[in-house]
Amino acid sequence: MNPLVVEQVTVAYDRKLVLEDVSFSVPEGKLVGIIGPNGAGKSTLMKAMLNFIPRMHGNVFVYGKPYEKQRHLVGYVPQRNSVDWDFPTNALDVVLMGRYGHIGLWKRPRKEDVDIAMQCLDKVSMLPYAKRQISQLSGGQQQRVFLARALAQDASVYFMDEPFVGVDAATEKAIVQLLNELKMRGKTVLVVHHDLQTVRDYFDYVLLLNKRVIAFGETESVFTYDHIQKTYGGKVTFLSAAHIVG
Amino acid sequence: MSYTMWILLTAALVGINCGLIGTFLVLRKMSMLSDAISHSVLLGIVGAYMVSHQLQGVSMLIGALLVGLLTTFLVQLLHQKGVQSDAAIGVVFTCLFAIGVVLISLFADRVHLDVEHALMGEIAFVPWDVLEVGGKSIGPKAVWLLGFVLAINIFVIVFAYKELKISSFDSEMAVTLGIPVVFIHYVLMGMLSLTTVASFDSVGAILVVAMLIVPSATAYLWTDRLSVMLICSAMIGVLASMIGYMGATAFNVSISGAIAVATGVIFFVSLWIAPKHGLLRKWLKKSPA
Repeated sequence: MNPLVVEQVTVAYDRKLVLEDVSFSVPEGKLVGIIGPNGAGKSTLMKAMLNFIPRMHGNVFVYGKPYEKQRHLVGYVPQRNSVDWDFPTNALDVVLMGRYGHIGLWKRPRKEDVDIAMQCLDKVSMLPYAKRQISQLSGGQQQRVFLARALAQDASVYFMDEPFVGVDAATEKAIVQLLNELKMRGKTVLVVHHDLQTVRDYFDYVLLLNKRVIAFGETESVFTYDHIQKTYGGKVTFLSAAHIVG
Repeated sequence: MSYTMWILLTAALVGINCGLIGTFLVLRKMSMLSDAISHSVLLGIVGAYMVSHQLQGVSMLIGALLVGLLTTFLVQLLHQKGVQSDAAIGVVFTCLFAIGVVLISLFADRVHLDVEHALMGEIAFVPWDVLEVGGKSIGPKAVWLLGFVLAINIFVIVFAYKELKISSFDSEMAVTLGIPVVFIHYVLMGMLSLTTVASFDSVGAILVVAMLIVPSATAYLWTDRLSVMLICSAMIGVLASMIGYMGATAFNVSISGAIAVATGVIFFVSLWIAPKHGLLRKWLKKSPA
């Protein structure tokens, strides 16, 4: 059974369609890049799948059941700038938030939750910064804290919205390593991504999106010159496209 | 207890209540919603009077709670319909407050409530309005009311601490974790309405905003931890009450006014000297050692 099946998702803002009839199905243990130009609806797709914004119609199934019933299986890493980093809290506390679903409503975190959070911080090399106030962290470190929080959540399917934006090279490497580790453990990860150069190296599958699905499938066969041109409306020059496709 | 002690206790309770709730308002960037609710609860109080023909206690709390939640709901509704959220707040609270003002003037001859009292409060009269049980006075009604609301506030904050924290920090993440973010928002606005109406008699609708926002904004400068910010904010509220009262007796001026001024003074002093976010430290950091 596929971990994620998306059926005919359509989203409109003020009666203007921003996503039309998006359908795809992801096999287990794959890293999927969601690729498309600005305004193609990449983040919107993620938010519509997670019910942050209403879908006009369409269904999202996680391991065979509607997403609403399987929330606990889905982890979300929002764009880094979607939260206020001046919030009075430290890195460990933010990672601990990933455990809130396991802890249950109105209950307190247990010692084992703190232990797990510490392990997750360690996995992204952020253990020395556990007690650091989050505004004192660099952009890359903040992104690592978000990833540690997703790890602590121990989900089966992950949605990550532009995790590579504004991070240093070391963090980018760490994220890629982490994605591969998740994949080894049979997790399925969808990543909104916009650096065309790295698509081939990072992702097993790609979803080329521009309001509708241009192409979906294994990177090898789908990430082609024609598809990229179609997705970006011919804005990628021949030379750079040739370079990307390799 | 002496007259002075009752006033100080009342002011301190206002400070603690407002400091706790205000912390979440500041962190959720909803300061202006407190302005809205502090005004629109006037309609709740008048409404409660029209139904129950009394101007105190439980009926007043219920009236304020209902109108507070109505305000929250209407602001949300207008915002969803495409009105800018600050404009939505401006439209909703002025309308509800205006209806309250009209109703007061309609029933003015029968209600001991005037607009000036509602806006400014009069803490100096608090000790004389006592609660009697079996013919014996057990202290001012305002103190009991504030104490009751404080118990509710502390209970909710302790009980739902992690839910309040995550829904204030990252509400989208909270939604994916199955945390009832909308419910928590309404609970918080309910607590804000109760706090406002309990503080109303003492400090009035405008100064309650000062008590809600200024101590919390000050505490934000002093700490990097939410739990410490809550306690710090409540303590600053108490401190401002004490300083304000002393200032008011020394210069023979409005007590609630002096308390609000004291919150402002503490804020500006903190803005300079606070260890983590103070301006002084930032300048010292910049200049070569």
